[in-house]
Amino acid sequence: MREAFFLTCWLVLLWLAISGVYKPVILLLGIASVMLVLWLSLRMKVVGEEHAPAIFGWRLPVFWVWTLVEIVRSNLHVARLTFSPEKISPRIVTTDVPFRTSVAKVVYGNTCTLTPGTVTLMLTRDKLVAHALDQTSSETLTSGRLARKVLWLEGSPEPEK
Amino acid sequence: MLEWAINLASWFLLLTGGVFGVIGGIGLIRFPDFYSRLHGAGVTDTLCAICIVFGLALQSGISLLTLKLMLILLFLLFTAPTATHALARAAMVDEVEPLLDEQSESLAKHRGERSSSI
Repeated sequence: MREAFFLTCWLVLLWLAISGVYKPVILLLGIASVMLVLWLSLRMKVVGEEHAPAIFGWRLPVFWVWTLVEIVRSNLHVARLTFSPEKISPRIVTTDVPFRTSVAKVVYGNTCTLTPGTVTLMLTRDKLVAHALDQTSSETLTSGRLARKVLWLEGSPEPEK
Repeated sequence: MLEWAINLASWFLLLTGGVFGVIGGIGLIRFPDFYSRLHGAGVTDTLCAICIVFGLALQSGISLLTLKLMLILLFLLFTAPTATHALARAAMVDEVEPLLDEQSESLAKHRGERSSSI
């Protein structure tokens, strides 16, 4: 129930931000659409912990900035490879998924795909299979750099080496 | 003077975004197989979109429009990887063989496994 409340707050805020027209009729339409989406989401049983507003707290913006830097770096690398496609050495990489929450697992898979050079092929409960364009691209995953960052985001202690 | 600097930064971002869009297109054509082409498309999905949206945000100044642009970017950055993953997963299920480096492990051994609900 708590999650449904947060989802409603998000939807109302989103509608108010995007609409920009605050006449009674339009507002009624807004309320109707928020209720429709809420009803559909509850019916589909997709309302879950990810709707909590402060799910990762202040760590989320920091993680986004870190991801942005990673995106720029990997983009430059892939752009360089575009002009010498003979230099690529595609490979399949398998890594552990050492996270507690399912949201963190999905963030891990999504961030992996978001940085060009690595694409998540499969994400299971404890394993991630990815396709990487070359050695440098796969290093983000194999060295555990991304995994450590997501562990930090989740607030889990880092694994002992 | 400030307006000039903002315009200059905005043009720079828009042009960079455009250039990366073209690079992504070139990658899409030049990479050898389906899986590596996904990486080329990834350039267009990410840095190209980010640069263009930030460039436009500089043009719009601080207003409701900026918020909308940021929302577009946010949604794009959440959905683009999902779409890419769906494509890759579909290709994997459909037994599209990737071209791989000799030292790499093969994809075949993961084929029978299923993505579980987490």
